Amino acid sequence: MSERAPFFFLIFILVAVGISTIYYRHVETGVPLTTGEQVTIWEVEAQIAFTGEQGAVNAQLTLPKDGKFKLVEEYTASPAYGVNVLREQIPPKVVWSKRKAEGRQTLYYRGSYKEVLDPEADPAPTDLIQADVWDEPYQSTASTLLKEAFDRSSNDELLLREIQNSLRAQNQSVALLLTRYTRTEVFVHLLEMAGVPSKRVGGLVLEDGRRNQSLIPLVRVYVDKQWELFDLESSGLDPESPILIWRQDSPWLLDVEGAGNSDISFSISSVTRSALKEAQSLSVDADLFNSGLYNLPIAEQNLFKGILLLPIGALVVVFLRVIIGLKCSGTFMPILIATSFIQTELLNGVIGFLLIVSTGLVIRSYLSRLNLLLVSRISAVVILVIGIITLFTIIAFRFGLTDALTITFFPMVIMAWTIERMSILWEEEGGKEVLVQGGGSLLVAVIAYLMMDNALIRHWAFNFLGVHALIMAAVLLMGQYTGYRLLELRRFKPMEDY
Amino acid sequence: MFGLLNLANPYKLRDRGVMGMNKRNFSYISRYNQRKFFPNVDDKLKTKVLALDYGLTVPELLGVVRYQHDVAEVSKILDQHQGFCIKPSKGSGGKGILVIISSDEKGYKKASGEYVTYDDIIRHVTNILAGLFSLGGAADVAMIEALIEFDPAFTGLSHEGVPDIRIIVFKGYPMMAMLRLATHASDGKANLHQGAVGVGINIVDGTAKAAVQYNRPVSTHPDTGRDLLDIKIEGWQEMLHLSASCYEMSGLGYLGADVVLDRNRGPMILELNARPGLAIQTANRMGMLPRLRAIEAIVGKRGPSIEQRVEFVVENFK
Repeated sequence: MSERAPFFFLIFILVAVGISTIYYRHVETGVPLTTGEQVTIWEVEAQIAFTGEQGAVNAQLTLPKDGKFKLVEEYTASPAYGVNVLREQIPPKVVWSKRKAEGRQTLYYRGSYKEVLDPEADPAPTDLIQADVWDEPYQSTASTLLKEAFDRSSNDELLLREIQNSLRAQNQSVALLLTRYTRTEVFVHLLEMAGVPSKRVGGLVLEDGRRNQSLIPLVRVYVDKQWELFDLESSGLDPESPILIWRQDSPWLLDVEGAGNSDISFSISSVTRSALKEAQSLSVDADLFNSGLYNLPIAEQNLFKGILLLPIGALVVVFLRVIIGLKCSGTFMPILIATSFIQTELLNGVIGFLLIVSTGLVIRSYLSRLNLLLVSRISAVVILVIGIITLFTIIAFRFGLTDALTITFFPMVIMAWTIERMSILWEEEGGKEVLVQGGGSLLVAVIAYLMMDNALIRHWAFNFLGVHALIMAAVLLMGQYTGYRLLELRRFKPMEDY
Repeated sequence: MFGLLNLANPYKLRDRGVMGMNKRNFSYISRYNQRKFFPNVDDKLKTKVLALDYGLTVPELLGVVRYQHDVAEVSKILDQHQGFCIKPSKGSGGKGILVIISSDEKGYKKASGEYVTYDDIIRHVTNILAGLFSLGGAADVAMIEALIEFDPAFTGLSHEGVPDIRIIVFKGYPMMAMLRLATHASDGKANLHQGAVGVGINIVDGTAKAAVQYNRPVSTHPDTGRDLLDIKIEGWQEMLHLSASCYEMSGLGYLGADVVLDRNRGPMILELNARPGLAIQTANRMGMLPRLRAIEAIVGKRGPSIEQRVEFVVENFK
């Protein structure tokens, strides 16, 4: 076994590389596992308005920072303003500036965001914020409220529910607190006093076709080792609508210097796009490893879509020969026939193949009487095949059988060799062997075609190059298979009883 | 599950030591047969020269046609001999072998009794030179050999063709043997999948064990009706020695030696095969793997002599 250890190590490497690149492409680049998968892209537009006071204006808008969303594209519309998008800052922001602004000014920021498949968890809070001390009687009321909730609960999670419930209840002490503070402020204050990490954030509810929206105040609470969102002001969040956390780590959303009467509103729309197209358009600007084949010109991409199907065909041939034990003429001839079936469609292909080969065999039997040397005989058969194809195409066109025109997709030289081999086989072993091997080749070609024509397999072969490492591993493994072939079990059936 | 599709149970086959094609290719041919030695057996002319160098008996070579312009020379050779056999040097699976047993005013008589003309023979030689019968269609040479006059002991055993004995030689040990008899169904050819009869031969003493045609047991020859199970091959020891020495001659660890018994000259090597088939197992009603493993288990720095190897086989494979 030890001598084969390097071999199995190689297999292990191939499988590991294959699976990890597939995983990476799916999760990081977002290439969908199936065809026709759709993703929803949220287009969010922030409209900022303010009145200029004849002086320099500097407007800063905090940009969303939410691990659950990925920015697809963003742009700003702002006539005569200098614009800087500061992505690297915490929080990220966009800054507009102008030396002299007069009258009502409107600026736009538009960003497209899509939901990430497996968001990275936000880091755990590092330090607790010390609660401020409120004026009396608010501070002592809050303390009493917290103590009651604390006594009725056994852990942080239950404590949270208790606080939430008591803030919603018609209760005198709550009513007192609400005369001066909002529910959200009271909630955060109580949590800070209880030592539960929490953060006030502003979130945007994503719903298609909404206009004039504003951020709603939300609280993120770190409980049970993850961040949870709480909405204290309304009756609760709609679980159907995702929430984009726009403002956190920042006390303000919009900061305008040198102008007054500023205002911001959001409008939201959603578009669905093919997940594959989306991933491709993202990959085009990515580095060499990520972009894969998407950077190539379309013609070359289409070429590769064909080439990358050949390993699938090779896998089928290896399987059918090594594991099943089918006989076929020419090792990889069936794959080439199968690739032409892709162009011709199956039924046309099979009929065309049978027509060409049988006509070729009849004429070839005359050629064999002429005692030609091998090279000239093969050349004669090549010319013959071209002649047959031309003839059939002309006849088919005459009779309006446009489907039959695809017959020209057959590889001529391969067909010539097939006819030559079959013809020799006929002379040497008789017609039965020709049927066995010819039928075997056709069967392998049809099975390879069905695999190569499958939409899902095509999708995987082109978009997940890691699949080919897996195929390589499978082919190598089958090269080491020393067990019986399926058809040998039939051949050796009598041996069982001896 | 296996019975339903008329398939054998693979575990039962394994218990009986039956070797499959994948096992043969992977564990024996690719391991014991070095590529560089393949031409020694794929080119029959080369085999013949090697065999003569090693002093092994082979059918007499009457002449060789190498080029198209030498084809006319054939007539000189044909005039000197009554019967002869024309074969491609690199043919495979018995392809392209033309056997002429006699010639008279009607032309040349084939083993089947049909007559062919001189022109037919010339065309056959041309086809051989063009590579019609060789692997991959490469250009070839035609060999003209003396006819084998098979031993009278084999009368009634073969339809048309010469009965030959296939002996599998592993690392120089002749380990399994089968007598191959052409039938009407096989058209005079000795290939089992074409319908020839295979008679398993006891490797120790040359007696028949069992016979099969088309994978089914038979006890008499389908054309002549002769009993197949009372066959005893004369000079068996000599045949074992002859086949065992093919190992040194060819350098191949796993080979099939085709031996014929000539009335006048005794056992002769007809040809060697680097990829012998698996049908010998069915004919012997026995898997090959136990014997192969027994031979693989023999250790020793110096290779044993031919005598020692034959002795081992006779001792151990009863």
